Amino acid sequence: MISGILVSFSELLDSYGMQFISGFYVTLKLLTVTVIFGFLLAVPLGLALTSRHRLVKWAARTYSMAFRGSPVFVQLFLIYYGLPALLIKYYGSIVPMQESVWWPLISSSFALASLAFILNLAAYMAEDIRGGLQSVPNTEREAAIAYGMHPLTIARNILLPSALRRAMPALFNQVIISLKATVLVSTIAMQDLMGVGSKAFSQTFDITIYLFLAVIYLAMVFGLSHIFRAIEKYAGISNKIGGKL
Amino acid sequence: MFPNYQGFGNDLLQGALVTMQLALASGLGGIAIGLLLCAGKLSGSTVPRFLCFGIANIFRGLPELLVILLTYFGVQVLLNEYSGSSFSINPFAAGVISLSLIAGAYASEVFRAAYNAVPNGQIEAAVAYGMSSARTFISISGPQMLKIGLPSLGNLWLLLLKDTSLVAVISLNELMRNAQIATATTKEPFLFYGTVAMIYIMISILTTGIINQYGKGDVT
Repeated sequence: MISGILVSFSELLDSYGMQFISGFYVTLKLLTVTVIFGFLLAVPLGLALTSRHRLVKWAARTYSMAFRGSPVFVQLFLIYYGLPALLIKYYGSIVPMQESVWWPLISSSFALASLAFILNLAAYMAEDIRGGLQSVPNTEREAAIAYGMHPLTIARNILLPSALRRAMPALFNQVIISLKATVLVSTIAMQDLMGVGSKAFSQTFDITIYLFLAVIYLAMVFGLSHIFRAIEKYAGISNKIGGKL
Repeated sequence: MFPNYQGFGNDLLQGALVTMQLALASGLGGIAIGLLLCAGKLSGSTVPRFLCFGIANIFRGLPELLVILLTYFGVQVLLNEYSGSSFSINPFAAGVISLSLIAGAYASEVFRAAYNAVPNGQIEAAVAYGMSSARTFISISGPQMLKIGLPSLGNLWLLLLKDTSLVAVISLNELMRNAQIATATTKEPFLFYGTVAMIYIMISILTTGIINQYGKGDVT
């Protein structure tokens, strides 16, 4: 049975190999863009979640609740279909919209899909960063204040370095969850790895296509988690050295 | 003030009901599968332990959408090959099976951690009293595992609730799918997907409140 599956895998690669490679590239690009921008957005959000200003904290909490409380699938559709529809209503017709600043975003399905994933990932990562920030001993912050440091300097030089190190495993975990979420773009007809597979399946009804995808995605997930564990180990060692100094 | 749903408001509510049924059924299935996998993981013999760790890791590693499609189409293809006639399986059943497997894979880790947190002396005392292992589980370790694992199980419940939206792709008329149908007619994606997102958030908040309320009471 296993050899039979392997034979059909190699047949699959013969007929769809190039498409799978381009799909893999789309998946990788989507994940990279999502993780980079999601993290950049998560840092200020995480700081806002621990802010002493009530309004800032409330806004960050509402954002977090909205994006963690609803499915990323719904968020993807809300942004991919909803945002352009909303803008068309606002501008009245398509021509003034094409001249607006929104056009580069809404004319690209890649940009819209990434936006949805970025906003979602940022909410989850911000919670992890908040956890890291709260585990920084308060005396460190107090000492920095006593030195007369600017709040932004405190955040950048005192709080974030140790908070991010503590949050690292959780943040890495979110990256893996994001990788698994990228398959959703296949439902908006984007040709990522899953999209290529779904299209091939709809033509052939050959279930080995999904089995093949399962193997690939498992390899990606386990590969990534091994890399992350290696990084954590490395960072853990440098952490101890830093502690001694 | 109140948005105009153009007659699709009822469909959304009905969809929310199906979503709840799907999530509850998969939650119960997930607990059952989670306990089974956990028993295997804690087993003394190598084969079941290896097998259960493997199954749990596979279903935690696979994208949820892929599991749903594999279950739905895989079972269908298998049935067709063996029976020779064309079968189509119920999307609700396929949804419950796949979501239970995913939830069970995650829950097995929660149960394993919870079991390890129950003091070993209690289990030994139960054995000394001559309790069967089923009796020990029902009266001694099970209730405490539930108590210890409840916060993590609550998180899993929220994950599961959100994952039910994916069953829309195999055309089960749950909340998300009904919003897609409504959008196709009304061309109001922002209104419908926005409303659906709100409904998910409300169900999340409500059920979390119930779980926390239960967690306050002492199980023992």
